[in-house]
Amino acid sequence: MSNWFALLVFPGFLYAFLMGWLMLWVERKTLARLQSRIGPPFYQPFFDFIKLMTKEPLPRPSRENSFYLFLPLLAIGATLGSLTLLPVLPNSLSLVGDLVLFIALIEIAPICLVLMGFLSRSIFGQVGAVREAVLTFASNLPFITALIALAYAGGSLRLMDIALHTPPIARGLAVLAILICLPLKLRLNPFSVANAEQEIYQGALTELDGWRLGLWELSHALEWVALSGLTVSLALPWRSDVAILDAALFTLLSLALVFLLALVAGATARLKVGQASRFYWRWGFGLALLALVASLFPFGG
Amino acid sequence: METTSSIFDRLVRYARGRSPWLFHLNCGGCNGCDIEFLACLTPRYDVEQLGIRLEGSPRHADILCISGPVTRNTQAALQTIYAQTPNPKVVVAIGSCPASGNVFADSPSVVGPLEKFVAVDVYVPGCPPRPDAILEGIASAVEILKAKPVREQGGESHV
Repeated sequence: MSNWFALLVFPGFLYAFLMGWLMLWVERKTLARLQSRIGPPFYQPFFDFIKLMTKEPLPRPSRENSFYLFLPLLAIGATLGSLTLLPVLPNSLSLVGDLVLFIALIEIAPICLVLMGFLSRSIFGQVGAVREAVLTFASNLPFITALIALAYAGGSLRLMDIALHTPPIARGLAVLAILICLPLKLRLNPFSVANAEQEIYQGALTELDGWRLGLWELSHALEWVALSGLTVSLALPWRSDVAILDAALFTLLSLALVFLLALVAGATARLKVGQASRFYWRWGFGLALLALVASLFPFGG
Repeated sequence: METTSSIFDRLVRYARGRSPWLFHLNCGGCNGCDIEFLACLTPRYDVEQLGIRLEGSPRHADILCISGPVTRNTQAALQTIYAQTPNPKVVVAIGSCPASGNVFADSPSVVGPLEKFVAVDVYVPGCPPRPDAILEGIASAVEILKAKPVREQGGESHV
């Protein structure tokens, strides 16, 4: 019962779709306000999605077509699965070792995107895919190191135990390292070189039309919810016993995080691939290592 | 059943009207119209509040904004890009050049007007037209886009 609720309602299917669209809007609106524009209305991402899904697709060979359908659906399914594991509610679905499962599921979408870029046989798609692959490696080093530090400090591989029992110093450092990884994982400025629209159009998604693109927009929206949700739920050291309050706090903090990321994106310019990966190897990984060291000492908490 | 599909049609039409994505193509113009066109995207005119977005790939676009008399060099690219834009699509001709050739008429390198190669839905005359005029042209293109049938034909259909 609880598992189905987590999968279908909160923080899974229903919540993630609505929240994903809302987050895409918050990002666009914040950027617009920073540029002293009015920006799109809040239902914009929803109508974009409906329009893309109902456009008439260009004819493609059927073998290729199955990949165009299969890859984004795999990305959407995996991201939804990772959302289900988020430790938001006190009685949420919790497995032994769900941290490992979460990492595995959240990494499927970028891998699918890289494959999509190569499959689209366009020079822009391939350049975008290569950049995406390089940067995913660069950001995963601090991301996974920080999660290992959290697991060690919390003494468990269960996300809920980690969220509740990690000592504050290790938690602070690790959550900061995860936070640094978010702009790259969501392909935002200053780490948006993989989908740099002024240079390589949409990177891996340049050659996609209609529903093929719409499914990826949806997958991207879900990635927003999953990654901001992970950061928020790991940063919060306690849960009230009232599910509604926990859910509301989680939602509000997620939206605040989206606002913060959009502020950073609006205030910065794009870095080159080398600069971006150097940043992650040096600062992101440094911070994650500090978290790991802190987690080894008992005064980490 | 009847009502469900008509509600769906209304939703699709409304969504189309609220999210027209543009692709901008210069077919050998002097760049004057392009500067005016880009002015639409600046904070002063801010077309994003109407859901309009400038896309880098014609495959993402709903409205093709074409400027310039069509020259020998750009004609093949124009036809490729028109074919790469998925239906339903609308073509807006920006400036006087695509309509008549303007000052380039009768030049040996000009093969226009635009109508010879693609079906033009909206003309925005001017040399160059003001951003307001271009926005009005896009607004009437949106109406044409909304009026296009929701289910165009058989063949492969998804969602």
